[in-house]
Amino acid sequence: MINTLELLRSLSEADGISGHEEGVRSLIQQAMAPLADDARADALGNLIALKRGAGPEPRRAIMLAAHMDEIGLMVSGLEGAFLRFAPVGGVDLRTLVGQEVTVHGTRKLPGIIASRPPHVLTAEERSQAVPLERLYIDTGLGIDSLQECVRVGDLVTMRRTFTSLNGEYATGKAMDDRAGVVSLVLCLQALKQIQHQWDVYAVATTQEEIGLRGATVSAYGLAPDLGIAVDVGFGRQQGVSDPAIIEMDGGPAVALGPNVHPAMRARMMATAKDQEIKVQTEVVPGATGTDGWALQVAREGIPTLVLSIPLRYMHTTVETICLRDIERTGRILARFIAGLDGAAAAELGLEQGASA
Amino acid sequence: MNLQAFTQARGVSGNEGAAREVILKAVQDHIDEHIVDALGNLICHKRPRRPAPEGGRAPRIMLAAHMDEIGLIVTGINSDGSLSFGKVGGIDDRVLVSKQVLVGESAVPGVIGYPPIHLIPRSERDRAPDMTKAVIDIGATDKAGAEKLASPGDYVTFRGEWAELDPTGQRTVMAKALDDRAGCAVLAELLQGDYAVDLYAVFTAQEEVGTRGARVAAARIAPDLAIALEGTICDDLPRLPEDDTSPVTRLGDGPAITFMDRSFIADRRLLNLLLRVAEAKGIPHQFKSAVAGGTDSGAIHVTGGGVPSITVAVPTRYIHAPISMLSLKDLDHTVQLVQAALYALEGGLPS
Repeated sequence: MINTLELLRSLSEADGISGHEEGVRSLIQQAMAPLADDARADALGNLIALKRGAGPEPRRAIMLAAHMDEIGLMVSGLEGAFLRFAPVGGVDLRTLVGQEVTVHGTRKLPGIIASRPPHVLTAEERSQAVPLERLYIDTGLGIDSLQECVRVGDLVTMRRTFTSLNGEYATGKAMDDRAGVVSLVLCLQALKQIQHQWDVYAVATTQEEIGLRGATVSAYGLAPDLGIAVDVGFGRQQGVSDPAIIEMDGGPAVALGPNVHPAMRARMMATAKDQEIKVQTEVVPGATGTDGWALQVAREGIPTLVLSIPLRYMHTTVETICLRDIERTGRILARFIAGLDGAAAAELGLEQGASA
Repeated sequence: MNLQAFTQARGVSGNEGAAREVILKAVQDHIDEHIVDALGNLICHKRPRRPAPEGGRAPRIMLAAHMDEIGLIVTGINSDGSLSFGKVGGIDDRVLVSKQVLVGESAVPGVIGYPPIHLIPRSERDRAPDMTKAVIDIGATDKAGAEKLASPGDYVTFRGEWAELDPTGQRTVMAKALDDRAGCAVLAELLQGDYAVDLYAVFTAQEEVGTRGARVAAARIAPDLAIALEGTICDDLPRLPEDDTSPVTRLGDGPAITFMDRSFIADRRLLNLLLRVAEAKGIPHQFKSAVAGGTDSGAIHVTGGGVPSITVAVPTRYIHAPISMLSLKDLDHTVQLVQAALYALEGGLPS
């Protein structure tokens, strides 16, 4: 049995900035391989686990996508005993001050994103965000050692201990979207017990945070009949009121909007009802900003769903998630897949597409 | 190492008990007696181990290092299970964003979150984060659930674990609360020596909220002179062309001697004595080259009929933030400097 908390811990603490997902990929491979018939990486580093269905060949296939890359930083210069850096992905610079990091030089170097103490700051300075040109990483090394250990282009990840909150929640970095990856593993595990006709590709995608690039090529390569992207959504938190907010512990949000195939969504909602799995609705008027946006337009077009696991404080080092929501997501994916058969294909208009 | 244990003890101003316990354990074999006073100061007494030179009276010297650290305090529990908080000590709001904390005596983990960048208008991103609505999230989903884990008045510490960054070079370490567990570690180290002075080593309470512990401790001790041991501002970051400031101190350049800060003017005789022994012994040292911040010396020097005082500090980067950094080389040199000063003071304050 997969322990959701422990798997999430190992993936959250692993390193995998967009374009450099090797570290986290090997852990995901270890988790998925025993549950699948095949698990391998493609040219852009996507990890593709295949679990074959019980139906007769040629079988239809569904692709599940959750991205394994995380936002981070990259060394852009050495200045004395300090490092300059550039963000990789959507980093709010204001969340970086006083943050602990790991610089991936010739070895892993712990460091701090420097701040000046309040004693030497004016009120005016304290009212402004610290601009990028005044942000430095301090590894505590002297100039000579720093030059030996670190080069421009070296990656910098956030250094953050994964922590369980109140037993039911967990906090750490890169829950976006390692939580989604965990839900895919849970789905594969559930499919060990539940018969399914179709092939299932569970894909831990790369480079989502910088433009859905892993999903684009893996969807092309696999040419699935259906696609579901699992990502994180904006969980309710203090200080934010926005129509995009979804409820923590409310189950995965099934998106509504142009990114979503209406018949496929109706089927997902029916599955939730039948199986008594808590889900909610998230209305996304345009781009979902998820792998689903790329999946939908792969090849000749693929009926797509987007599930969002509620998450607080997205793109910070204290991303917080409810473990039950991850488990619900894994369960509903498995049940949805178990219901896929010839009738479903017809209902979703796939027969028509196939004969065209 | 004392410093590691000292930094990991939790002790926000007014709640120094846990830090005091760890410190007492480290020093109790090297002192004659100790008391904990009404404000929670740990006052350790070490009598002269040798007669004063030329049969004079051994001077009564107070060494002070503050035990308390900056932190937060729970001010209320909200209906959604989150905790409202206030700041204890001087903290820049900008360092609170996206940090892990530990709440109350049982160290319940929590986080201070921030709205996702996706939902923040671009125009706001250049301004300091608005932390007026910030809360601590302990994973409780309603008020009753949160009340099981926390109460108003619970003290909150940052979670800043110890790490050694450059063991063979700069000997830098990082941890929370180096301001002023660095001073506490220096003082604990000094207590291992034997001096011909009547030594009062005081681990003070409530420095960060107005040097309140040092004030009452000095009133009790009525010392002939005092030295405050600190972890002080070290802002030796690279400068931009438009900056016309120089760093207050530099990491690795040795203990920082204060000639004046916002709370006091150093006693000239003590200042000269420190400079003299530093030069005689070849101990690296620097001035705290800005009139900024205040220390226990500010309270001590105006107690009773007045106490000649000075502050000597370990340069510490990122004080008053969740995690700070110093060089153990500087810490060792601070011990050496103050130790040499204590020997030089055995006959009393030079005129």
